[in-house]
Amino acid sequence: MTQQLSAKEPTAEQIAEQQIYKQMGVSDSEYELICGFLGRKPNYTEIGVFSVMWSEHCAYKNSKPLLRRFPVTGERVLMGPGEGAGIVDIGDNQAVVFKIESHNHPSAVEPYQGAATGVGGIIRDIFSMGARPVAILNSLRFGKLESERVKYLFEHVVSGIAGYGNCIGIPTVGGEVVFDDSYDGNPLVNAMCVGLIDHDKIQRGVAKGVGNPVFYVGPPTGRDGIHGATFASEELTEESEAKRTAVQVGDPFMEKLVMESCLELIDSGIVLGIQDMGAAGLTCSSAEMASKAGNGLELYLDQVPQREEGMTPYEMMLSESQERMLFVVEPQHEAQAKEIFDRWGVICAKVGKVTDDGRLKLFHLGEIVGDMPVTALVDECPIYNKPSEVPAYYNDQANVDTLRYEEMTDLGGALDKVLGSPSLASKAWVYEQYDYMVRTSTAVRPGSDAGVVTIRGTRKALAMTTDCNGRFVYLDPEVGGRIAVSEAARNIVCSGGEPLAITDNLNFGSPEKPDIFWQMEKTVNGMAEACRVLDTPVIGGNVSLYNENAKGAIYPTPVVGMVGLVHDVDHITTQGFKQEGDVILLLGETKAELGGSEFQAVVHGVTEGRPPELDLETEKKLLGAVLTAIQKGLVSSAHDLSEGGLAAALAESCISGSLGAKVAIETQLRPDVALFSESQSRILLSASADKAEELEQFIASQGVPVSVIGQVAGKSLEIEINRASALNKPVEGLKQVWEEAIPCLMK
Amino acid sequence: MKFAVLVFPGSNCDIDCYKAVEDVLGEPVDYVWHTATDLSAYDCILVPGGFSYGDYLRCGAISRFAPVMAEVAKAAEEGKFVLGICNGFQILTEAGLLPGTLRRNMALKFRCHDTVLRVENNNTPFTNDYAPGEEITIPIAHGEGNYYCDEETLERLKENGQIVFSYVSNPNGSVIDIAGISNERGNVVGMMPHPERAVDKLLGSEDGKRMFTSILKAWRDRHDTATVR
Repeated sequence: MTQQLSAKEPTAEQIAEQQIYKQMGVSDSEYELICGFLGRKPNYTEIGVFSVMWSEHCAYKNSKPLLRRFPVTGERVLMGPGEGAGIVDIGDNQAVVFKIESHNHPSAVEPYQGAATGVGGIIRDIFSMGARPVAILNSLRFGKLESERVKYLFEHVVSGIAGYGNCIGIPTVGGEVVFDDSYDGNPLVNAMCVGLIDHDKIQRGVAKGVGNPVFYVGPPTGRDGIHGATFASEELTEESEAKRTAVQVGDPFMEKLVMESCLELIDSGIVLGIQDMGAAGLTCSSAEMASKAGNGLELYLDQVPQREEGMTPYEMMLSESQERMLFVVEPQHEAQAKEIFDRWGVICAKVGKVTDDGRLKLFHLGEIVGDMPVTALVDECPIYNKPSEVPAYYNDQANVDTLRYEEMTDLGGALDKVLGSPSLASKAWVYEQYDYMVRTSTAVRPGSDAGVVTIRGTRKALAMTTDCNGRFVYLDPEVGGRIAVSEAARNIVCSGGEPLAITDNLNFGSPEKPDIFWQMEKTVNGMAEACRVLDTPVIGGNVSLYNENAKGAIYPTPVVGMVGLVHDVDHITTQGFKQEGDVILLLGETKAELGGSEFQAVVHGVTEGRPPELDLETEKKLLGAVLTAIQKGLVSSAHDLSEGGLAAALAESCISGSLGAKVAIETQLRPDVALFSESQSRILLSASADKAEELEQFIASQGVPVSVIGQVAGKSLEIEINRASALNKPVEGLKQVWEEAIPCLMK
Repeated sequence: MKFAVLVFPGSNCDIDCYKAVEDVLGEPVDYVWHTATDLSAYDCILVPGGFSYGDYLRCGAISRFAPVMAEVAKAAEEGKFVLGICNGFQILTEAGLLPGTLRRNMALKFRCHDTVLRVENNNTPFTNDYAPGEEITIPIAHGEGNYYCDEETLERLKENGQIVFSYVSNPNGSVIDIAGISNERGNVVGMMPHPERAVDKLLGSEDGKRMFTSILKAWRDRHDTATVR
């Protein structure tokens, strides 16, 4: 049977003659290199294995030179990029483990399973380090919500995330959802998972100890997800629909059992190395584990649990069936390991052996069906420095005057438009489908600046957020990159946390195009600089390229996932106004910066000009001042000013606190600009009347511009500009606009 | 007083229930595996929420066949306290220890948020610390919490005071806003909202604490009576 099937596979000669490798994304020169490493032409299984290992998804062949620009070390960093996830010390022998990963391409063709397995994959990355996952976040991008296709994608992506996260019992505590035409046809689904670990439990994916057995854990391998990594490394076309078979099917119940049993196994102390089978399944996990230990590995494919009859070595090696892990123990611990998996009802099979020859050897039906040097697979993929070119649009935007439109005098109407824009509107429709409370540690629920999760047995908590404004990055990638990191840090600080580190998900179009590669380069420069100044190193992440279709590329969208440490639960702060009579303070400087703003998009229907400037030293001062003020107990509420500017921030603080505000501003700016400019490095604070003065003085003493702009009062948001009434809206009405926008469109 | 928290494959609120007992009462509590065949050591059995057996086939439909369920039935028969929360409620209805069934939410979507419950019967071992008609805030998190039973059963529930909690604002389409019910004897209660998630102000509400203190009080009352005799 198998022989018959494999007889259908092209021979090594045919692969060369018919250039079959090209269908797998391998170029002529790469094929030549592979032949060199093998000393012969690769057979079908081998070329398949190489093609996934050398895909952008696994080898970062187009992005590696850029990723090297990121700062990846720091006093607290226990593990940087390279393993399943990065790890940061939080004191008391504890550490936080986190990573973000994309599942964009699968979600574009099969939104429920694409999103669900994205969540499943990132959770495995966390528990494979030995950590207990404690929270999930996500970052989603879709086209305009008015389109039926977008509604379908949005609805099913959200229920896919819910279906997986809810079942496995990890709370989804935060995230973001943005709707913009640039993502039409190329939705982005980035999922982040955060875990906790004791220092002495940290695991690595290494195949240690020559002669040790290698075990496969999880459900049997099927024909799903074959070539998923390759699929994720090309542009979406009409034929992509036909590649639904490259999308895996998730089973969160199985993952729950695999997670619990693996954590128990790790707890027993017998594991030498463990890694999840994510992209490129058995291929990537086995090759990487061997590579990290400087060893080789033999795999006996007949022993691999199989869901279907007659699977070929090619199919087994390339399947991305979900919820599978690979681990190594010493032979005398085999029975102990098996006992754990038996009790959880999880399949555990011995499928291989660690060797000393540095080769990945595959055996099937008594024959060697693959024999490849591990280093060639893992380390020798050619790295490309792609040509880069400034796009014409970027130069054109320099001369655009963002104030050329007539002044908007109906400021209340503009606020309604901004709050009712699906990107800014309440996301309750989304997050109420997620169980954000399971594990009973969620202190700040979705909907504030960051989610906050307490750490049992301590006074500490973790604040976490995902952020990116793709419009800013598009208009100026370098500034946009700085803003993405800074905004995430601002959200963490506003929640009472000290920013620790980031994980990034670089979502871009095709790197083959010089203008896209220029976006990547500049973005990374901006982010790297921000990470350096704000002392938040990059401890891991993911690159998703080729996010484009016939209509063009997405906005460059480098999503930043940041985690911060709240030193004492008393510091936890939220955005809602707390009490009638509290004083409202605005920190930072408001300039005429409408480029890429929400106001510009919803009122004028354009995204143009230069984005707001961001000075990192100014940002750093602001963050330090606010965090210290919160820790001193001077602050009642804190909210970052972002999309929609001051007007939206005031409205959100009113809505969240169910309280009104009376605000008066003196400004040289046009009123619509003053209210809706998205100048960076600004934060809205409120403080009780008896602490306001001390707060103002403290902030000023830190060199941060601060002004008292009003107080929490009544049931309306009333704003005066230069002593003339500019806006007066009942909070209840604003709330209705904000709450009903998405449910209305989804009806 | 000794508590058991059952663990089925796929239970995910087991830890939360365990912590709630530990934090609120400080009484001894054990995780008990679904294969256990002896619950005689326990005075109260908590059947936690989650997705036992992945909710495959129908929520709770596979769990009812777990070996431990025969012991749960025996404990209920003996008059011990049994509390099923969320998936635990679904399991107890599937096992026939409580009448009716839980259907998919009317909006066909999972819903997670705080709900306000009215205490309809405070004369149970689970609610004696609440005032009659008191309104309390307890969160829900479920996709199948739409309680249904036939007219005849509903009449019996009403007559016997078996409706323990009702929603002030119905989130899922439950018949007459039912959030939690008891068996006729009152020693088995099932509810969709999660009292174990409402035992700490920092996390939103502590209105669920009194469910746990009620259980302890009821057990002590019974225990004292027994000693006096």
